[in-house]
Amino acid sequence: MELFIAKYNYWVAIFLLLMGLHAIIVKKNLLKKIVALSIFQTAIMLFYVSIGVKTNASIPIIPHELAHGHGTIHPEHFTNPLPHVLMLTAIVVGVGIIGVALALLERIYEEYGTIEEDVLITALGEES
Amino acid sequence: MHIPVFQILIPFFTALLVGLAGVITPGLVWPFAVAGGCLAFISGVMTLQLVLQEGAWHYVLGGWTAPYGIEFVADTYTAAVLLVIALVTLLVLIHSRASVLESFADKEAAFYALFMLSITGLSGLVITGDAFNMYVFLEISSLTSYALIALGGRRALFASFQYLVLGSVGACFYMLGVGYLYLKTGTLNMADMAVRIQPLLGESPTVTVGLLLILLGLAMKMALFPLHTWLPNAYTYAPHAVRCMLAPLTTKVSVFIMIRIFVSIFSVNYLWGLPWGKVVVFIACVAIVAGSLFALAQRNFTRMLTYLVVAEVGYMVGGIWVGNATGLVGAAYHVLADALMTVCLFLAAGNFAKAAGIQDISDFKGAFAKMPFTMGAFIIVALSMIGVPPTCGFFSKWYLILGGLEAGRLVFVGALLFSSLINVVLFFRIFEHAFFNEDSHGHADHGAQPSKTEIAEASLPMVGTLYVAAISLLILGWYSKFVIERIVAAGLGV
Repeated sequence: MELFIAKYNYWVAIFLLLMGLHAIIVKKNLLKKIVALSIFQTAIMLFYVSIGVKTNASIPIIPHELAHGHGTIHPEHFTNPLPHVLMLTAIVVGVGIIGVALALLERIYEEYGTIEEDVLITALGEES
Repeated sequence: MHIPVFQILIPFFTALLVGLAGVITPGLVWPFAVAGGCLAFISGVMTLQLVLQEGAWHYVLGGWTAPYGIEFVADTYTAAVLLVIALVTLLVLIHSRASVLESFADKEAAFYALFMLSITGLSGLVITGDAFNMYVFLEISSLTSYALIALGGRRALFASFQYLVLGSVGACFYMLGVGYLYLKTGTLNMADMAVRIQPLLGESPTVTVGLLLILLGLAMKMALFPLHTWLPNAYTYAPHAVRCMLAPLTTKVSVFIMIRIFVSIFSVNYLWGLPWGKVVVFIACVAIVAGSLFALAQRNFTRMLTYLVVAEVGYMVGGIWVGNATGLVGAAYHVLADALMTVCLFLAAGNFAKAAGIQDISDFKGAFAKMPFTMGAFIIVALSMIGVPPTCGFFSKWYLILGGLEAGRLVFVGALLFSSLINVVLFFRIFEHAFFNEDSHGHADHGAQPSKTEIAEASLPMVGTLYVAAISLLILGWYSKFVIERIVAAGLGV
């Protein structure tokens, strides 16, 4: 139980991750697959962001007086900004993926008139 | 020295320039792209020369020093892979000119911009020394390839979508694995990570799970059986120019990343000692056998080649995991050899389809008489695929088999020999059609046709690039001792 509460951020990430992965595999509607992919990516982003957090720490900006040599800087007073910065990049990549996926989906709908995977596969099978 | 960083900058700025040229002077789009390809090739040669003379090269971007900033690293092996990427780019750019104009003349600028961006991503993957930066380059190359494949028309759309879903999940697994390693080591720089991870190897379950996640992600990207399902459709329905560029590069660069993570982050001896390493070798054997058998079952020539790509991934993964330096060096050399062999095969397929309308294996009737030059180059690459000296295919297979024997993995040796036999059947079946079937069938089916066939060869750029690729196979084979000792083994440090 303690493992559950103390590390609840990991459990949330794991739950979202598995939910996304499950839906990617099981859902037949291609739009739902894209939504699931997005949930899957977001779970990993949450995981990254949560590992940068420290208790009783503030935002990683050094106050003015500390920066000019008055007092010492303790790393434990600041959260780790690096995972957040990494996730900014990952969010941009994620937006790119969703954009390309939606554009592809629109073209698929134009060509075949459906975005249901099983209907599409039957249609493709009949073509060849 | 700034030369190696141009390997990234040249394709990147060519992509921008090509996009701009498409708006202002559409006539300059292709010349700009080819000029970019030439410059990247020249800088590739200079990079290789530099690292051969002065040893590994480190570049600090923006002046941020190594563990904090993003570092680019080029050793001799990296430089060789970069050179192969540049060579393939240049050959495909020249070879596919006609087919690009034919299929999408109105989208020419967008096509070449995406093409060069994809090359930027692939080169970046090879040269980067930062684990997270690698994820970004992985997605640059993947996102552009989804869009490029989708240009292939109606059937390519769904194939591209399936590739997108599987590829994105793979990249996410890679990112998650890197997150695990970051959690334990607190660094993303590969060289720094290698030092900090040493005491954790085998001790920390987090590191083990991180390694597994990275391997799973890469297996999806490199189409390791049974995660290969996206590859045959995506490459069969992609436009010809895209197929010629992606089939040789994407899977091979993913294998390169596996080698890189193997050698640069985790220590080689730790990974070879892992009890589940045997399982990976076994999966690789299944990939080789299944890929070869699927290839044998195909009637369409291009589709057959895509399954051969799946089988070749098994060669390299098996070589890496077989458990000794011979196998690893063989696999690393095979990355270079197979990239060139695959581009050669797909260029030949393009010539056959363009000049004689050959799509299926049964269409090859009389191909020797119709297309003597293309068939000549095709024989060289077929012998290399089978593994006949002095082509490079022989030497890579030789090292892989030696590695398998040294490690006592007879299943792997058996799978390699089986695959070679299947390749003999595959290619000699085509030769048989091309040589003999012409007269017996030609007369029976169309009695009025003259028995003497006219030569219907592909255009000069198409045949010329094919010959450059085929001769590069012979050169790589002829200098195999130098390449393996001075470039591959020296670069990997084994």
